[in-house]
Amino acid sequence: MGGVFAVASGGIHVWHMPALVSIFGDDSVLQFGGGTHGHPWGSAAGAAANRVALEACVKARNAGREIEREGRDILLEAAKHSPELAIALETWKEIKFEFDTVDKLDVN
Amino acid sequence: MPFKSTVGDYQTVATLETFGFLPPMTQDEIYDQIAYIIAQGWSPLIEHVHPSRSMATYWSYWKLPFFGEKDLNVIVSELEACHRAYPDHHVRLVGYDAYTQSQGSCFVVFEGR
Repeated sequence: MGGVFAVASGGIHVWHMPALVSIFGDDSVLQFGGGTHGHPWGSAAGAAANRVALEACVKARNAGREIEREGRDILLEAAKHSPELAIALETWKEIKFEFDTVDKLDVN
Repeated sequence: MPFKSTVGDYQTVATLETFGFLPPMTQDEIYDQIAYIIAQGWSPLIEHVHPSRSMATYWSYWKLPFFGEKDLNVIVSELEACHRAYPDHHVRLVGYDAYTQSQGSCFVVFEGR
């Protein structure tokens, strides 16, 4: 198989970042839709929050930390320097996307 | 009643490349990143550019890439030598991955002004 990019998309937000970096590594595409535009301060702040979270995870991984296990600490640490990330962490902390799979339209 | 916004401002300062959205790294944190590049088996190389040209596709090489260099202290002293020679330039460290034929890591170590 030729070179490919893994793409993570759909229902992902800042809290998923440690797992995403750990699973997909550097060569991947992370498509944060609602996780960007859903930021209470707007899309630009959402983008900044995601970027800070991503860079904090990459930096921690390179420095030898186990980012999935220490993910929460890494994100909260980074949020001290980024009010955008602090608000994003607050916004998404209770949101989970747990729906059953839909294989046929649920209309009568 | 005066309008009082609860909305904060988002980051608008210009940033430089990987880790640009994080606070400046301490010396130990930079050493960790260099050690990571070496541990991956990537070739360290140093590039620099005047801030007015930082958006240029190509930055200038500092010497040649340090193929096979495993000593962190050598890389650190080369970074410092480049910074001394071009104190007003941005200086970045690249870890070139010969297997994927691309940059495995790349971040700015010294910011010029």
